[in-house]
Amino acid sequence: MIPFTYERVGTVAEAVEHSTAPGSMLIAGGTEVVNWLRLGVHGPATLVDLKTVPGLADISLVGETVHIGPLVRLADVAAHPWVAQRFPVLRESIHLAASAQLRNLATIGGNPLQYTRCPYFRAEAETPCTKRRPGSGCAARHGITDNQAIFGWTDDCVAVQPSDPGTALAALDAVYVTRHADGGRRIAARELNTLPSQDAVAHNMLRPGEVITDIEITGTAPTSTYLKVRPRASYEFATVAVAVALEVDGDLVRRARIALGSVAMRPWRLDATERLLVGHRIGSAAAQRAIEAGFADAKPLPGNEYKITLARNAVARALRQAVTA
Amino acid sequence: MNVTTMGTGVRRLDGPAKVTGAAMFAADHRPTGTLHAVLVGSPVPAGSLTHLDTTAALAVPGVVAVLGPGDLPRPDPRLDEVSVPPLATRFLPLQDDRICYHGQAVAVVLAGSLQDAEHAATLVRPHIAPAPFVVPADAPVRDATTAEGYAQLMPLTEQVGEPIDPREAPVHVAATYAQPDRHNNPMEPSAIVAEWDGDTLTVTDSVQHVYAVRDTLAAALGLDQEKVLVRSPHTGGGFGAKAFVWPHEIIAAQVAWVMGPGRPVKLVLTRAQMYAMVGYQPAMWHDVALGAAGNGSLITVRHDAVNTTAVTEDYVEFATATALSLYASPSISTSQRVRRGHVNLPTFMRSPLDGPGTWALGSAIDELAHAAGIDPLDLRLINHADTEPATGKPWTSKKLVQAYGEAARRFGWRTRPIGGTVDGQWRIGCGMADATQGQFRFPSQARLVMDRTATVTLEVGFTDIGQGPGTVFPQVAASVLGLRPEQIRVKYGDARLPFAGPTYGSGTTIGVGAAVLDAAQRLRGELARIAGWPADEVSCADGRLRRDGSQRVPFSRTDEDIPFTALMALHGGEVAVEGSFALPGGVPADAGPAEYATRTFGAVFVEVAVDPELGLLRLRRATGVYSAGRIVNERTARSQMIGGIVWGWGMAALEASTFEPALGRWHSQNLAGVALPVNADIPAAIDIAFIDEFDEHAGPLGAKGIGELSATGTAAAVANAVYDAIGVRVRDLPITPQRLLRRG
Repeated sequence: MIPFTYERVGTVAEAVEHSTAPGSMLIAGGTEVVNWLRLGVHGPATLVDLKTVPGLADISLVGETVHIGPLVRLADVAAHPWVAQRFPVLRESIHLAASAQLRNLATIGGNPLQYTRCPYFRAEAETPCTKRRPGSGCAARHGITDNQAIFGWTDDCVAVQPSDPGTALAALDAVYVTRHADGGRRIAARELNTLPSQDAVAHNMLRPGEVITDIEITGTAPTSTYLKVRPRASYEFATVAVAVALEVDGDLVRRARIALGSVAMRPWRLDATERLLVGHRIGSAAAQRAIEAGFADAKPLPGNEYKITLARNAVARALRQAVTA
Repeated sequence: MNVTTMGTGVRRLDGPAKVTGAAMFAADHRPTGTLHAVLVGSPVPAGSLTHLDTTAALAVPGVVAVLGPGDLPRPDPRLDEVSVPPLATRFLPLQDDRICYHGQAVAVVLAGSLQDAEHAATLVRPHIAPAPFVVPADAPVRDATTAEGYAQLMPLTEQVGEPIDPREAPVHVAATYAQPDRHNNPMEPSAIVAEWDGDTLTVTDSVQHVYAVRDTLAAALGLDQEKVLVRSPHTGGGFGAKAFVWPHEIIAAQVAWVMGPGRPVKLVLTRAQMYAMVGYQPAMWHDVALGAAGNGSLITVRHDAVNTTAVTEDYVEFATATALSLYASPSISTSQRVRRGHVNLPTFMRSPLDGPGTWALGSAIDELAHAAGIDPLDLRLINHADTEPATGKPWTSKKLVQAYGEAARRFGWRTRPIGGTVDGQWRIGCGMADATQGQFRFPSQARLVMDRTATVTLEVGFTDIGQGPGTVFPQVAASVLGLRPEQIRVKYGDARLPFAGPTYGSGTTIGVGAAVLDAAQRLRGELARIAGWPADEVSCADGRLRRDGSQRVPFSRTDEDIPFTALMALHGGEVAVEGSFALPGGVPADAGPAEYATRTFGAVFVEVAVDPELGLLRLRRATGVYSAGRIVNERTARSQMIGGIVWGWGMAALEASTFEPALGRWHSQNLAGVALPVNADIPAAIDIAFIDEFDEHAGPLGAKGIGELSATGTAAAVANAVYDAIGVRVRDLPITPQRLLRRG
């Protein structure tokens, strides 16, 4: 382990200031930052602990918007009645994420910032990986691709983003509100993580010194669900995950929001499917065509063609699950 | 009831210490002045080390030394006399510039703190002239060398009866069954602390046999055996990865020698190094062909097995042992060959030989059953081997037919639903397979001491790898001495204690147990002698010696029993006895008495659910009934069998260590990238039973080993159940979504 300094900050302003410095890094729950340090992905000179900043661990309802503080533990998000009533998909995504121990420690703001689980990236002894060492290439591109991307990959990176809550938040059109030295911004949850075509080195669009201060989810999604497909029954990252939020009128879809997890470097919204599902019944031939349309731009790697079939089947299953739940 | 009998489900005596963290493992040993050693692994799979740049590493505060090839003493020539196994591999890293596999140690960093040593290890720059490497799975199939080592353990080819072409049989099947490399993944990684005091070496190690470590280190370092003290207080799982003596153990002792007196060296392998510095079960390809008459009785069995091995030496995984032992057939042909690549050497892993063998043969016989239109259980009954097929020898004991019947009854096999029954998204299937495992025996000794307060201490140097010997052996002694197991203190895991056979080869209970039984009977005899009673007329109960045969001599005595304490007061000192279990001819190991065939058996039935749309496979319930001789402790035995079925589920559904062909290294070297079963994978409905049996020929205890038997058969039973559920025959393990997903 490379020696580093650990400091606590008392305000968001301090967190922004201290984490802007080169070599500084924010830590919240720590379940992922510790991995980076152990693997040598990062060797920060200073860890700036956000957990001592007051006011970042509350859940509140203002008008029709639920505000979730970034430091709320995953387990507490899932247990909160507003989340349970309004956003079953978020609650389910958390229940299916990690282990009970990790959910008691990891935060809702930190979880979508976890890095890819690509074994080439996570290798104890480095392999060619541009996210690990910029410009070193992508050993996975022509390597073992079972769990790699089927959407939005490039020759520089074929990895996927695995966050379960992040996928649910993307389906719910959640917004990450940030603070930064140059102000702050509102980032749509579906855009937080970066595709390799945008930036193959980065995992997300946060800049040094940019702090998530709030997560907003507006409206409700009572007809929503999360389906996580994985060989092991628990405590495993998804092969494919589907977050679905539907609005139905009788048995006809009025609005559909669908995000896939673990298929691209960010939660992947099936825009075409969402559009074409409107006015149709789940399970109908038209709905199946709508699902197919969402995969028109899917592109398998040699060896992971099965993931397209699997993802398509999983979407159909998740839609049925949402309307029958 | 105060009398402990063999078979009783005595709770683990070391349970509280283990679950409260009080139990000490090797890495918990923290002698003063300890230096932490961290290995630096080769980043390439083949080549030669041209230069070791240690400048940056040595600049890290706290770093004491960085050692590379040439800095360690040469092993003493006596090491050449140690066979492979128990020496795990003849190839010893850090002795020259050769690099034969990725992760092979090329340097050792030593520092006063683990953190400093780990940091410095990342700064060591090995300069390597890379060489072309061979991916094991792509290497040509070739004969293994029998010059020395693992290939000598059994014949590489066997022909029983006349060779028969299976295709000439009325019913025949032929297929290739594959299985991936799998690592042992014990919870506790290998760990060793080496301390020199003058010319005496003390090592605290996490192993499955302290005596092999003692003898191998003594040879490697040119020491007398009594100058090497080896302790293994507890071992946090081994599964074969700690059975033999691996290079890091020799390296730790060498490094401690170089660092000098007062500087003990602690070396704990990282999880990633557990993928490079110790063995694993190799990838295998099994060509199995079966030919049978129309009534299902086998005419010929053919099993040609290939496994991967290292370029440094040949490891042979003798999976064909099952074909030679399980089903009656007038003709059996087997062969074992290897593919050599740039990878670390494989080793035995629970369950060696029959684990892979029952996967291949257990799948093939199911295919034959379907081809012949015969129920898979009936086909097994038709082909039951009343004697060992390869030799015609009688079994020491075998109650497989009873196990089939009991397992079928408990599972409801004869009334099972038709395959493919729908339950929501799931398709249900049932399958069964044989469990079987060859038996090894090792000699053992044991000492029992009764002190002046009548406290009994059992001394025997077995290792506890978590399966319960620290409970079972006191139980054996207690059953003879009329005590409760917890009344017997037990000292183990130390090579200064009376010799115990290794904790592998399913050989612990049969050997150590027999020595303990002998010692207990001798102690009872000594007590009889003190009492002045004939040894064959006494028994023990409630801490007292009782004369049972007194009615044969009427009116000879009136006091029918004497407390042990009174006997010890009469004796005026402690009583110490030695018991032993020796093998015929004084050999160090055998596979049972020569005139018999010795093996354990069982039947595993499983019900699985398959979701063909999502490619998911889940275990619903399992029944295992075993014919394994006398069961010494029903509770620890049941735990072993449940654990074995979990192990088998991992083999069937989850586990694979993928070799990255472009980089020449293990793809994932951690437990995130290689999924092992978790609780959620395992239903509560794991039903275990044992057939009442006493194997009078295998050993005095009447027991045999069960730790490996438990992990055989399950993979085939699961694949057979998958076929029952969805009609897809999966011949490549593990059975993952890719292999189950309905196409289109």
